[in-house]
Amino acid sequence: MSQADLSIHGQVSRTAATEVMAAPAFSIPAKKMAMWLFIIADTATFAGCLVAYGFIRNGTPDWPRPFHSITNVAIMTFVLLTSSLTMLMGIRSAQKGEKSGAFRCVMFTALLGAVFALLHIREWLELIDKGVTIFHNPFGTPLFGAAFFSVTGLHLLHVTGGVIALVAVGIRYMGGRYTADDLEVTGLYWHFVDLVWMFVVPLIYLLNMSH
Amino acid sequence: MHDMSAHAVHHGAPTSFIRKHIFSLDHKVIGKQYYALALVAVIVGMVLSWLMRLHLGFANFAIPGLHLLSKNGAPGDIMTPEYYLQLMTMHGTIMVFFVLTTAPFAAFGNFFLPIQTGAEDMPFPHFNMMSFWVTFTGFVILMASFFVSDGPTLGGWTQYAPLSAVGAVSGPGQGTGVVLWAFSIAFFCVGQLFGSLNFITTTLDMRCKGMSLMRLPLSAWAWFITSIMGLTAFAVLMPAVILLILDHIAGTSFFVASNLVINDSLLPHSGGSTLLWQHLFWFFGHPEVYIAIIPGMGIVSHILITNMRRPMLSHRVLIYSMGALAVLSYMVYGHHMFVSGMNPISSLAFSFPTLIITIPSTIVVLIWLGSLYGSKLRINSASLFALGFISMFISGGISGFFLAQPSIDILLHATYFVVGHFHLVMAVAAIFGIFGGTYFWFPKMTGRMMNESLGQLHFWLTFVGAYCIFMPFHYLGIAGNVRRYQAFVDDYLIPLIPVHKFITVAALATGAVQLIFIYNLIYSRFWGAPAPDNPWQGTSLEWSTATPPPHNNFGDKMPVVYHDPYQYSVEGASSDFIMQTSPEPVHSADEEK
Repeated sequence: MSQADLSIHGQVSRTAATEVMAAPAFSIPAKKMAMWLFIIADTATFAGCLVAYGFIRNGTPDWPRPFHSITNVAIMTFVLLTSSLTMLMGIRSAQKGEKSGAFRCVMFTALLGAVFALLHIREWLELIDKGVTIFHNPFGTPLFGAAFFSVTGLHLLHVTGGVIALVAVGIRYMGGRYTADDLEVTGLYWHFVDLVWMFVVPLIYLLNMSH
Repeated sequence: MHDMSAHAVHHGAPTSFIRKHIFSLDHKVIGKQYYALALVAVIVGMVLSWLMRLHLGFANFAIPGLHLLSKNGAPGDIMTPEYYLQLMTMHGTIMVFFVLTTAPFAAFGNFFLPIQTGAEDMPFPHFNMMSFWVTFTGFVILMASFFVSDGPTLGGWTQYAPLSAVGAVSGPGQGTGVVLWAFSIAFFCVGQLFGSLNFITTTLDMRCKGMSLMRLPLSAWAWFITSIMGLTAFAVLMPAVILLILDHIAGTSFFVASNLVINDSLLPHSGGSTLLWQHLFWFFGHPEVYIAIIPGMGIVSHILITNMRRPMLSHRVLIYSMGALAVLSYMVYGHHMFVSGMNPISSLAFSFPTLIITIPSTIVVLIWLGSLYGSKLRINSASLFALGFISMFISGGISGFFLAQPSIDILLHATYFVVGHFHLVMAVAAIFGIFGGTYFWFPKMTGRMMNESLGQLHFWLTFVGAYCIFMPFHYLGIAGNVRRYQAFVDDYLIPLIPVHKFITVAALATGAVQLIFIYNLIYSRFWGAPAPDNPWQGTSLEWSTATPPPHNNFGDKMPVVYHDPYQYSVEGASSDFIMQTSPEPVHSADEEK
């Protein structure tokens, strides 16, 4: 690292074995950094939606509270939290070099994600059956349906995208094109989607529960 | 570990025409594409302002051929009141998004940020390419709204609800026009996300050996800070415009309150909040004005240092001040909403940080003026425009002190005083930054020099012209002239018409002066004198590579950096400047480490 091993012209050869780049700030390589940055931006997006929901909810005198049971949402939360755990196990195996174990864990994570999405869609269909749509519902202000479907819809979109990403990255990892680091970056996204759900549950479900 | 970050960018020089010039992965080509987009956009935006000024200065003036642009909007070539508002909305949207954000940040930043950090390219070239083409698509969608049945939206660039959310009932262009506007902005947001990801990772992970963060030039710091703002500000605008689209096409009522009667019809919407739109919009909107101006601050500092032949009084304080501006810009957005019906205590809460934000702004200005004091500034087109930037920023900024206070803002809100304020402080100042950057970096970007005499002529005429246009706006505002009026028929406004005539003539003349710039740009691009590698004797990395830079920026050898970015007039040095890549030792208190 001393300046003496560098050429006197203020340049280093691209082919030389010496490092040609300064160390990344925070020691985070570019791909992982980009994922963290995307998560920051996405946090702002979700925050914007949730604040908008809170703003409208506070401004509506008799906001409906149509949910009676937490069974369904509890099962969904359990499935999603478990999937974060299997993702962690997958990354742990990948870092140890246990390829097929890591692959199995990632695929199981994707499966749990798909189960979550199916449970969620089932819940949506039930509500739609009761007459809840994005512009109308039997409980009161039409904004209840609008807020419910847009916030959970945005989250469901993220879960669906995540399942596709997990399958695609998992297969390419198995095929040798991607490394354990790529699994870890995908895992960051998956944990983020999980974390957002932990905000959606209290704000959208628990607050709107009738006693 | 950190070869990982570097290997992502290795892509060979392109061979096909499409990869080379259209879907290019090269950050330099993408930077030029952004510049070209901004140039087209600024010409459209300027022509729109001409049309508006003609209508304002000379009531019912028939503009030959205007009916060709819109049959309904200009029957017999005379602009209807609605069409005036439509042109005004498009002027604002085009200028704020596709000029002031695109040129100083996306265009120059794309071209020079990787070079100034010593990178071969950005870490994600495909994202970078997509960022341009998504932005371009947004521009095409916006332009398309000129040609739909009842024209573009007339709601103003801020697109206030509820009139923006209820559809065609609130006026021509408020149906399809708003939907196209919202889609255009949504595309723009996606483009900014891709761009910001690349800018930040380039700065943090792609610096060449020896390039510590504090050794980055001020322009690189400005782009870095701006990209952090772009990352979060546009991420909030995105859901806002999507909710607006839902209000239009899915029957929701996020931004429309109950029992609203517009144009004699009761609307079916219920339950929403009109104020919600303003909160979401301005949470993006205020950072946006700093997204437009901070790159200009960086570019101007970079130009001035090179031409003063000495560094700024404090490199660090300038960086910290720009950072403080970025952080504070999120906390002041409510000052756009003093008269919105918001709780007066909220107004007070937003007024306070608004006055605080004048502190870092003032520090930046004082550093510039203090550094200029007693320096032997080289006068050329770039340094003149940099001085012009400072002048505009101060003139426009001073009126900000008044507008920051709710008690005064209640009087001046929505008058021409505000129009004068923001045009000087962010629009014209940022444009001067773009001009300065163009004269300064054109040789590196194209390999040819621009004509210096034409450049200086362009500066003086534009400088005088801009003040002739925007200073009288303040006077009009104090006299009570409300903005967005398309004609002045009230008793108290009629005496102001001569001022409007003067502004119109000044705007037409200043606009025409820009032809000198366009001529200079085109002529120099093809027939200008060949540029040397380092025409201004600069020290930062862009001047140590070839002109124009090769595909991988530095040829066979990666640069190694030994110094702070601005080693000018160093005592005991072999020349009056020491380049960042020069291993020549510097014995001075300023040198880091």
